Amino acid sequence: MLRVDKKTKIALLRMMLRSRLFEEKIVSVYGKQDMKTPVHLYIGQEAVAAGVCAHLRREDYIFSTHRNHGHYLSKGADMSGMVAELYGRRTGCAKGKGGSMHFVDVSCGCMGTTSIVGGSIPLAVGGALAAKVRKEDRVSVAFFGDGAADEGVFQESLNFAALHKLPAVFVCENNYYATNSHQDARHAHGNIAKRGHAFGMHSERCDGNNAEAVYIASRKAVNRARRGLGPSLLEFSTYRWKGHVGPDCDYMKGCRPKEELESWQKKCPIEAYKKIILKEHILDQSGIDAICAEVSSEIEAAWSAALAAPYPAAEELYKDVYR
Amino acid sequence: MPWTKVLIDKAEFENTLGKQGLRGLSYRAALLEAHTQLLESDPAVIVIGEGVDDPGGVFGSTLDLHKKFGRERVYDMPIAENGLTGVAVGAAACGLKPVFVHMRTDFLPMCMDQLANHAAKWHYMTGGKVNIPLVVRSLIGRGWGSAAQHSQALYSLFTHIPGLKVVAPATPYDAKGLLVSAVRDGNPVMFFEHRWLYDFTGYVPRESYAVPFGQGAVRRAGKDVTIVAVSLMVYEAVKAARLLEKDGIDAEVIDPRTLKPLDEKLILESLAKTGRLVVADNAASFNGFSAEVAALAAEKGFGLLKAPVRRVCLPDVPVPASPELEKAYYPGAEDIAQAVRLALKA
Ligand SMILES: Cc1ncc(C[n+]2csc(CCOP(=O)(O)OP(=O)(O)O)c2C)c(N)n1
Ligand SMILES: [Mg+2]
Repeated sequence: MLRVDKKTKIALLRMMLRSRLFEEKIVSVYGKQDMKTPVHLYIGQEAVAAGVCAHLRREDYIFSTHRNHGHYLSKGADMSGMVAELYGRRTGCAKGKGGSMHFVDVSCGCMGTTSIVGGSIPLAVGGALAAKVRKEDRVSVAFFGDGAADEGVFQESLNFAALHKLPAVFVCENNYYATNSHQDARHAHGNIAKRGHAFGMHSERCDGNNAEAVYIASRKAVNRARRGLGPSLLEFSTYRWKGHVGPDCDYMKGCRPKEELESWQKKCPIEAYKKIILKEHILDQSGIDAICAEVSSEIEAAWSAALAAPYPAAEELYKDVYR
Repeated sequence: MPWTKVLIDKAEFENTLGKQGLRGLSYRAALLEAHTQLLESDPAVIVIGEGVDDPGGVFGSTLDLHKKFGRERVYDMPIAENGLTGVAVGAAACGLKPVFVHMRTDFLPMCMDQLANHAAKWHYMTGGKVNIPLVVRSLIGRGWGSAAQHSQALYSLFTHIPGLKVVAPATPYDAKGLLVSAVRDGNPVMFFEHRWLYDFTGYVPRESYAVPFGQGAVRRAGKDVTIVAVSLMVYEAVKAARLLEKDGIDAEVIDPRTLKPLDEKLILESLAKTGRLVVADNAASFNGFSAEVAALAAEKGFGLLKAPVRRVCLPDVPVPASPELEKAYYPGAEDIAQAVRLALKA
């Protein structure tokens, strides 16, 4: 395995903790019912966003889905704009118009997210096309789930990106479920990465709960895109801990086996990585605690600012339909 | 007549029809019963859609059908709406009667090619030799920041495509009876259900029955003004009529039930009586269903109108997420009542 330097290791841990603690905060407040937007939580999948985004520059593009919190935070989006958006405030990143499923932060290449499954994939290809035509040194990343791989547009996008050797990276987070539907009920063949081979594309499948494995696979894909060698398809095997939408677990409703969830929880990407960090003496426990404390205070500040912010005025409804 | 009654809440049912010993059923249960009876009575019927066999069962409307009828007839699908619509259209051409279910109307644009270019036109293009008995159910969402991509009421889009029929039941009675008609119709039928109707209770007979297409229902008889309202707006219109009663205004509320074919006669007859028309819709006014009703009044009821037609619709903007913007976005009973007052002043 390629070496991952110390600074990167800390950065990976930090990104994962930011995603996790951010969403744990959502879980802790959601019962108050003042965050009136459907939340699709990323808890359990944080290593994917961290390992991919660790290679991305501010100007690189990402296009994301309904399950976008981790992608946005790891790409460096402004947290306070996200929290205010969750609370429907005027100061939200989309001025309260988008909610949880439609974050945006153009300043760091976060060009918007869609709640239509599969929608992010061609949009990211378009980002890559624009970069190529405009001769800009940018990579464009599509985040999407195993469910999005069901859509015809996934295949169409792979083909077009490969045909034009576009600087795109397709990041499929295979958490084995699309709402409550298991991959086995939807795919004739379980290996999504293989579909990239059909288009002659560099494709890889790896453990999405291992931050360094994600980091190393993504390094190759992002570097290939930057060097003009064309797109790659990465499939990361992972698991979401919460129900499809909302802050609760869903196994009690019969959505999936409890044992399956528990076995994945044992493979928590963050706990596993903390162990490595400690074992390799990258940080000691107090170093990890310090990161947690720092992230927590960022979260608290974002929350207080959001809750103190005004709601958009009614006239705001009519603005932004057109430019 | 108990089947035309619009009941605002369950208590109202218990205090009226329930007391007469009539069976009350929620909208969701009425749909479930319709599916069950259709699957039992016709082996050609199949139900397909994302989540139809999951523990939620499309908000209860397809709950456990797969256990009764097997996964050969009731099944989940890949998230591949356009492709699977094509599969359903092909299967319909070749002898099945698929009911294709979408949790949100917003996913219908994914299927547009197969619906608009294939399903709608196949019968005509084949000179009437091949028909497409396909029903496409979809739910209109609202609230809790569902926002622009999860709350659209897109039925008007489909009324613009020759070859499709479009229905929007407002009551549990109609949900069951129109689904039966839709499955038996033999043509592609777009079936729209507002998510907020699911808990409403009303009289639903146990046996299977069909509500014919093209026959609207008078939800409340009145002589001063005609309110034509669709789906969830029927309830807002009835509430508005109750508000107006206090001002001595007697409003007639008409629910067309099927948008295409449209019961023009019922609307024009009402207009002949009242001379004033307010249309309440769940979508934007521009080129929407409300515009069609207004055009009907202008073309065939011009001499009957004593005042300009008024429309109570959603603003011509995408659905916002913020709770405060949602409040500003959705009109309700008070807006309809206000439109009626203005129509009466003119
Ligand atoms: C086109 C479309 N069809 C259906 C849905 C309903 N839906 C929302 S999320 C989802 C599952 C998506 O699964 P996946 O792509 O694996 O992402 P995950 O939720 O697992 O992150 C579905 C079916 C939708 N939003 N868009
Ligand atoms: Mg998934």
